[in-house]
Amino acid sequence: MAFTRPDNRKVNDFRDIEAKAGIIKRADGSGYFRIGKTVAYAAVYGPRDLYPRFLQNPQKGILRCSYNMMPFSGSGERVRPGTNRRSREISHVTEKALLPVLDLTEFPNAVVDVFIELPQTDAGTRCAGICAASIALADAGIPMRDMVSAIAAGYIGGTALIDVSKEEEDYAGGMADIPIALLPRTGEITLLQMDGIMPKDQLKKAIMLAKEACKKIITVQQKALKEKYGRW
Amino acid sequence: MALLAKEKDILVPGEEIAKGMDYIPGSGTYRDKDSVVCQRFGLLSLSGRTAHIIPLTGKYAPKKDDTIIGIVADVSFSGWRIDTNSAYSAMLNVKDATSEFVSKGADLTRFFKIGDIIFTKIFNVTSQKLIDLSMRGPELRKLEGGTIISVDPNKVPRLIGKNASMVTLMEGTGCRIYIGQNGLVWIKGEPDAEVRLIKIIKKVEEEAHTPGLTKKIEDYVNEIKKEAKKV
Repeated sequence: MAFTRPDNRKVNDFRDIEAKAGIIKRADGSGYFRIGKTVAYAAVYGPRDLYPRFLQNPQKGILRCSYNMMPFSGSGERVRPGTNRRSREISHVTEKALLPVLDLTEFPNAVVDVFIELPQTDAGTRCAGICAASIALADAGIPMRDMVSAIAAGYIGGTALIDVSKEEEDYAGGMADIPIALLPRTGEITLLQMDGIMPKDQLKKAIMLAKEACKKIITVQQKALKEKYGRW
Repeated sequence: MALLAKEKDILVPGEEIAKGMDYIPGSGTYRDKDSVVCQRFGLLSLSGRTAHIIPLTGKYAPKKDDTIIGIVADVSFSGWRIDTNSAYSAMLNVKDATSEFVSKGADLTRFFKIGDIIFTKIFNVTSQKLIDLSMRGPELRKLEGGTIISVDPNKVPRLIGKNASMVTLMEGTGCRIYIGQNGLVWIKGEPDAEVRLIKIIKKVEEEAHTPGLTKKIEDYVNEIKKEAKKV
């Protein structure tokens, strides 16, 4: 049962991507990231005062992420207004995916807030969110070791592939879904989740495909930041 | 061995600046094995063998000896809490605010009250970012009236210019101007002169990272003056 992708992409092809920086004027830093029909906006505020005080860390600043699918952003039971278990979990993993690159030692007792909003979704939202947040954090001038890129890999109909769309995610034959976030320069992985069943060698292949894709995605993210100031 | 970027290139975090041990990581950069890597979004500046990043964005980071514009946020028994336009608020003690004798329990709003704008100096910052301010020094004072504009703190050096050349240019509008290192600018003058000055300040902020800035702004000031005469 050979699986052909609905939009005839190859296994290592991702949908067209687009990135922008500094689009939300009132935020200290902001980013926009679109992959196919999935659109993510990220706004960074801070470093700023953190209350309640028991959350403060006198050693270094803390990072707070918020992931939100807007109520009109897609179809199905996932999209409901307000916070839910799923969005809280994704906020948490996004935070863990971004924290390893940030150097917050300069901001004791303070917080850096990241808000990720998704006005339109077509699978791969947490990865789009991480890409947008990474642009926004760099735009906010937060010291960071590297930029994070992310892509959702998958395993459908016996093949490992990357950038799963909603249509593919709903494939009746069953699938595994593997969002991956990594630092393309060093290849360090900061987020790796798996939902579904797949053989070990296919997982390895999926990670390899994701690594290659992220190397391309990072150049788009870098370009977005540089374009904010133009060339001269 | 080799430098991978040119001076004044815009770099983003994670971009390699140089390979090999010939270059030393300065502010905004770090060493990863045998390469020097960018840590902040900004322009590359080389001084000898040291690579620095001049940040293009980011909130104000309080530093000792900076003169800033603060807004009084609270009045306590022994001083004032001042909003510094950064992640941390600062403390101004009575003894650093005035040479006058102030008796215990006196009403401190006689000097500064909530909402007042002051031009002040940071004389100490602890590792926990507790900031102490002082009003002792030339030019340090309460600023009465006027308008506050906020600009990007990273662009303040451009707004001042070499030997305050840009400030001199802006004073040509007939406004008094105080620039705080924290990105707050206080101006006072005739209402339409203030409007013109705000336009100029916004222009400087927009073009801060481009070469030949002073010349560009000079032209812009003349243009604005011409327009003003027409009206």
